[in-house]
Amino acid sequence: MEMPCPNAAMLANRAAIVSGLRATLPGGVIAEPAELAAYANDGLTAYSQLPLAVVLPKTTGEVAAVLQYCYDHHVKVVPRGSGTSLSGGALPLADGIVLGLGRFNRILEIDLANRCAVVQPGVTNLAISAAVAADSFYYAPDPSSQIACSIGGNVAENAGGIHCLKYGMTSNNLLGVELVLMNGEIVRLGGRALDAAGYDLLGIVCGSEGLLGVVTEVTVRLLPKPECQRALLLGFPTMVAAAECVAAIIGEGIIPAAIEIMDRPAIAAAEAFVHAGYPLDVEALMIVEVDGPLAEVDHLIGAVDALALASGATTIRASASDIERTLFWAGRKAAFPAVGRIASDYYCVDGTIPRRTLPAVLTAITAIAAAEGLSVANVFHAGDGNLHPLILYYGDRPGQLAAAERVGAAILAECVRVGGVLTGEHGVGVEKRDLMLRQFTAVDLAQQTRLKCAFDAGNLLNPGKVFPELCRCAEMGRVHVHRGATRFPDLPRF
Amino acid sequence: MIRAATAEAVIDAVRDASARSRTLEIVGTGTRRGYGRPVAADTLLDLSDLAGVVDYDPAELVLTARPGTLIAEIAALAGGHGQHLAFDPPDLAPLWGGASGSGTLGGALALGLGGPARPFAGAPRDHFLGFAAVNGTGELFVAGGKVIKNVTGYDLPKLLAGSLGTLAVLTEVTIKMLPAPRAGATLVWTALDARAAVALMTAALASPAAITGAAHLPAKTGYARTAMTCLRLAGVSVAVDAAAVALAELLSSFGPARRLDAADDFWRVIGSVAPLVAADDLVWRVSLPPSTAAAFVAALPLPDGARWFLDWGGGLVWLWLPPATAGHDTMIRRVLASTVGADGHATLVRAPDEVRREITPFQPLAPALAALSERVRARFDPGRVLNPGRIWPVP
Repeated sequence: MEMPCPNAAMLANRAAIVSGLRATLPGGVIAEPAELAAYANDGLTAYSQLPLAVVLPKTTGEVAAVLQYCYDHHVKVVPRGSGTSLSGGALPLADGIVLGLGRFNRILEIDLANRCAVVQPGVTNLAISAAVAADSFYYAPDPSSQIACSIGGNVAENAGGIHCLKYGMTSNNLLGVELVLMNGEIVRLGGRALDAAGYDLLGIVCGSEGLLGVVTEVTVRLLPKPECQRALLLGFPTMVAAAECVAAIIGEGIIPAAIEIMDRPAIAAAEAFVHAGYPLDVEALMIVEVDGPLAEVDHLIGAVDALALASGATTIRASASDIERTLFWAGRKAAFPAVGRIASDYYCVDGTIPRRTLPAVLTAITAIAAAEGLSVANVFHAGDGNLHPLILYYGDRPGQLAAAERVGAAILAECVRVGGVLTGEHGVGVEKRDLMLRQFTAVDLAQQTRLKCAFDAGNLLNPGKVFPELCRCAEMGRVHVHRGATRFPDLPRF
Repeated sequence: MIRAATAEAVIDAVRDASARSRTLEIVGTGTRRGYGRPVAADTLLDLSDLAGVVDYDPAELVLTARPGTLIAEIAALAGGHGQHLAFDPPDLAPLWGGASGSGTLGGALALGLGGPARPFAGAPRDHFLGFAAVNGTGELFVAGGKVIKNVTGYDLPKLLAGSLGTLAVLTEVTIKMLPAPRAGATLVWTALDARAAVALMTAALASPAAITGAAHLPAKTGYARTAMTCLRLAGVSVAVDAAAVALAELLSSFGPARRLDAADDFWRVIGSVAPLVAADDLVWRVSLPPSTAAAFVAALPLPDGARWFLDWGGGLVWLWLPPATAGHDTMIRRVLASTVGADGHATLVRAPDEVRREITPFQPLAPALAALSERVRARFDPGRVLNPGRIWPVP
């Protein structure tokens, strides 16, 4: 992966820029290489780059002043929340600053009468739900990194989660943002009402991967917590039977809170790791969670049970308690680290496909990986067709990282070929940037980049992400991620 | 007038107009031409023949259609599979004098207005997954996708929803479909004022009950003799029954609840508005935080004959006034600013052309946001070929 050619004049002028930033934001600028190293990469740990400097503002006015300085001096800016992106959205640029929003860490207002919360972008996803839990509300999107990922990053990436089949992604649960444009102008998009006048710019800022503006305040919707949650653990002798069961559930008019599938390698790895009691004699394991009023949940558990039986399930277990439900999930939620125990490294892919193509795509994935001498464990947000193949490799063996990346690219090409898309929830970032022309034509992408020009005519905000660039001359430094030495070893990933 | 039945015909029409500096007004069946500012274009581009469902696989929860397809046709098709358009597209055509059920899918997306289920199931934007469209220079481009979970590239469907045809001409759209609820009921409380009604709805919406509608229709709106505050429940029948009992108990301080098993007419009226208003009334739609709704309507110095009701649990006020009401826009926007602040916006949904030409039907934007919006518009249609002036006056 190559990034835009660093501007030599900018690199040469580093000392002056750092002092200019320090004058703009005293006490908020990091420029020592040892301290910059903490910002050298995000959750896509294969890529690493020291930025020119890191700037840590704590008010909207400070963000505006820093951006205006950068605008005036043509300095590139990479916004960053908690740095948990899996697609390299917060990967620094050698000739640009990282604008860290970690000091924006306050919940500003909880407004239960209007079922919303106003928070600063550095607040973690889970902290919002925690702040309203006593009032029996929560914030619905639940990306697996929710204990660490920031709401500002969720807005930038339009983060999903295992429950987005029923409750939607970030954009469906977002009411408003305060946004600072690259030239330092401040605009408010949306607010506490359900819609706003004019174009739905909130809708495009959400998921724009930090290319359109810097979010400095976020208003999210809150939902009443469901009365109860129950899960079914279902085992199937074939992946085809599992896929048919998903279609049957949806066809019956049931939208579960979550439907997850794991294939045999993923089941084996997870069971060996956390002993969740998964059956080991099945080709596909499915977890179906339903939530809502007690009466509805009991009814739906019965209905899904019957559909699973009719689809040929050989294991059917319904959770009788929250402890048992949590145990069903324990293996699934530990699938990524569990897979990390069977090979030193894995590379997670994130395409979405029409669900009807699932069995054929899984067969293709196995073949694609085998051609490179690699194997794959599959976990899958089955309700919405979002695949997460985990490509197993050994980073210390020559050529294996490159092979894993080729397998990932070929899998995503297959997703697009069957009518799907490159990314369901992790974002394009730098990771899938050069695959964009597989899904879109040059004309499609030109329209998108023209939209960026309306926000950032100088292309200073997070350049080199999402859209293929013409200028590619610098090979990025790479780091091995070896034996669990990932950037966030304790962070759940599923 | 040009009738375009294919994407190629749309491309030709826009290229030709762009090359000759001519303007186009984009219409489907034309039921919503009365919304926004009147467009004075050189040519009408009629897309009502660009119609038909392209692909619908109910198990995938996705439907692809050409924009001229009637909402009614899609609803009937989906109904046959136990599904529906979850964004609850309101049948607004009669508000502008059109026939009920004559609106198209493209028109519903171009307006972007959600119906009574909007707080619970989302607006058209939330169900708009992908499209093909022709921009103002005649280029066909696609965005979004045909699967329900996708973050590849900017989420342009959300931008196109509600853009009133000023950015691009849709030639194919993909939307999310969802199972229709198997059972439903409506609980009714009577004789509440706005403050009590909003309090009731707020309490209900803080409960875990599966509610898909919350509206308050005051007395003298011509529908019933007393004020009606209604909650719509949906789900499987055992859950609807349990929720009806639980809510009646939770909200007993507001008086006894009456359960209606068939209240479709009430929700149709709330969604479409037209049955309540006289043919020449001025109709406004005000979106605001629910907690401000009662103060807003109480502060309105309404003339004789003016009426309102609340939808979206108080988050939406529909307001109608006699045609001779002087200074109605100033009055509504002033009261909105003083009782709600920047979190609300008011839209003049229906008025004679000359009124909508004179006063801005849409809430004016802050200067920086207005400038940004214009830059966005110009990146899609630099020559102002498409629906010029529909949202903001052409400078």
